[in-house]
Parts: sequence; C-alpha cells; structure tokens
Amino acid sequence: MQFLNGITLLLVYQLVGEVTVRLLGLPIPGPVLGMVMLFLTLMIRGRTPQSVDNAATALLSHLSLLFVPAGVGMMAHFGRIAEEWLPITLALLLSTILTMVATALIMQLTTRWLAKPAGQGGCKDE
Amino acid sequence: MNNPGLLPDPGLKDIWVYLSASPLLGLTITLVAYGLAYRLYLRTGSSPWANPVVTSVALLIGVLVLTGSTYDDYFAGAQFVHFLLGPATVALAVPLYQQFSRLRQLWLPVTISLICGVVIAGGSSIGLAWLLGGSTEIQMSLAPKSATAPVAMGISEKIGGLPSLTAVLVVLTGITGALLGTKLFEWLRIKDDTAKGIAMGVAAHGIGTARAFQVSPQMGAFSGLAMALSAFATALLVPWLVDLMAAML
Repeated sequence: MQFLNGITLLLVYQLVGEVTVRLLGLPIPGPVLGMVMLFLTLMIRGRTPQSVDNAATALLSHLSLLFVPAGVGMMAHFGRIAEEWLPITLALLLSTILTMVATALIMQLTTRWLAKPAGQGGCKDE
Repeated sequence: MNNPGLLPDPGLKDIWVYLSASPLLGLTITLVAYGLAYRLYLRTGSSPWANPVVTSVALLIGVLVLTGSTYDDYFAGAQFVHFLLGPATVALAVPLYQQFSRLRQLWLPVTISLICGVVIAGGSSIGLAWLLGGSTEIQMSLAPKSATAPVAMGISEKIGGLPSLTAVLVVLTGITGALLGTKLFEWLRIKDDTAKGIAMGVAAHGIGTARAFQVSPQMGAFSGLAMALSAFATALLVPWLVDLMAAML
C-alpha cells in the first residue's frame, strides 16, 4: 500500500504539472513543473514521507531501463541519421565533451573562489 | 510484421500474429533484454563499455529487424516503460531535497556552473551542427540533448525539432558522457567529486548519473542534483538561446 501511495502521489504531481503548464502556456514540460512543486512541498513539510521515498528510489534505481524504448526509436530514424551522420555524430560528441569539461572546470574554479570556508575575514561582501 | 521469415510453421505463425498485435510482447522483450544487458554489465565488472542501455537497445533493434517488426508495433508495449519517465522526473525532487543542505553551501558555484553548462551544451550543439551543415531540424533536435529524456523531448517539440530523434540523441549523449567522463576528469586532473558530479549531471543526465553513482555516492548525488536542476534550466534557457542564435546566425 505504501508503494502505491508513493507512486500515486508522484502521478498526481505530474498531472497537476501537466495541467498547469497547459493552462498557463508555460514553456517548461509538465513533469519538470511537477518536480519543482514536489520539491517545494518537501521543503515546506521538512521531510520526505516514507511512501514517496520508496517510490522515488524504486523508479530512480532503474532509470537506465526507462531510456530503452526511446533508444530503440533509433531504428525509426536510421534514414535521417544516415543522411546527416557527420553533423550529428561530431556535434553530439564534441558538444558533450566541451560541456563536461567546461562545467567541471567552472565548478572547480568557482568553488575555490566563492565557497571558501567561513571565518576567512569579512571582506566577502565589500 | 506479416511474414517473419524465421517462423515457417503455420501454428507458430498464428501465435506470432497474436503476440505481435498485443502490447505484451513489446513490454516483455524490453524487460528481458534489459535484464540480460544488466547481467552482462555486472559480469564485466560494471565497465562503462557494457552500458546496459547500449546493449539492450542493440539487442532489441537486432530482434526487431530480424523478425521484420516495426518500431510502432514494439512501442505499443514498450510505452508502458517509457511512460514511467514522467513520474521518474517528478521523483527527482526527492534526491534534490535530500541533497539540499549540501547545495545550500555551494549554491553560488552550482548556479554559475549550471547556467554556463546548460548554455554551452545547447549553444555548442546548435553551433557545431550548423557549422557542419546539419539541417535546422537536426540542430533543434540536438539542442536539448543534455537534458533528461522527457524534458528534452518536450523542449525539442517546442523549438521545432523531432522529439523521437531527440530521445535517441539524448540516450547517445548520456552514453558518450558515461563512457568518456571519468577519463576526461583524469586527464584534466579534476579530483573533486562535487565538480565531477555536477559536470556529469549537466552533460549526461540520468545515464551519466548512473555512472557517477558507481564512482562514489557523493559524485552520484551531485550528478543527480545537477541533472534535476539542469532539466529545469534547459527548459527555461534553451528556447531563449534558440531565438538568440537564430537572430545571430
């Protein structure tokens, strides 16, 4: 029953998210709004109910599986991919490497600059 | 679907006709293929080259092509798995909430890295595809590729890409990130699990996060956090970035 409650709650948030996005014409996908609303709810409640925790853990521990049907969709796009394989392959590969490297370096630098341990003097805000 | 050459016996053919018309088969082979792929993955000591998404996708495409099945027939069953991407996206709120105390100390570096990462991911894929002569449809399908699949597909649809192609590109991006990530960090001598996790989550969403959890729980947690935040940031920033680049290019 607990797992059922958890999954039901996730679906309710997704549904509310989808409906809100459509009603207000928001530029973000419904499940993302659902995620934000669930996050705010957890912040306000101050803890994660066991049922939601169980359902979320179950779904997220096999996240890879959920990508498989979309991945098989590649077979429906063989023609398109074959036609434009060079821009697709190179853009995907280079952009992913660039994003990964740049994000890691920026995170490392900004952590050093901005997240110094407290008590290092009061000149931070000046 | 009408004449699967592998099944000459008329009795078997009748069963096949029945099964191929029901969603049961698509769903079952998805779970079986993933089960086998996951076992192989564990057998190889969790090598990133044996990523269970790659193996199961290859296995399933092989089976579908050999039996002459179409993707639509397969998806009639597989959609039940695919559907769970929605609630899984909502579920990301849970790790996000659990990691929030760590995020609070690092909120400024995380915010800056996240915004830069999302803009670089979107901008570089559009720019590179354009430079290499890719069509607008391909550029738009590539733009949200670093966000998690349900979000990326939604954005792709909004900016004029092909959502189903985007789904494939998202998976390929995740696999690329999972395969190359740890090596890249080694070469760049980035040892901080926080920075590695954020980069993995921003560039390679859920597939990268699955890989990050194998390296360390902290890298996994931050990757999951970055994936959830960048899903939101991509939804807000990429449509705007597309307009901006369309005005420039």
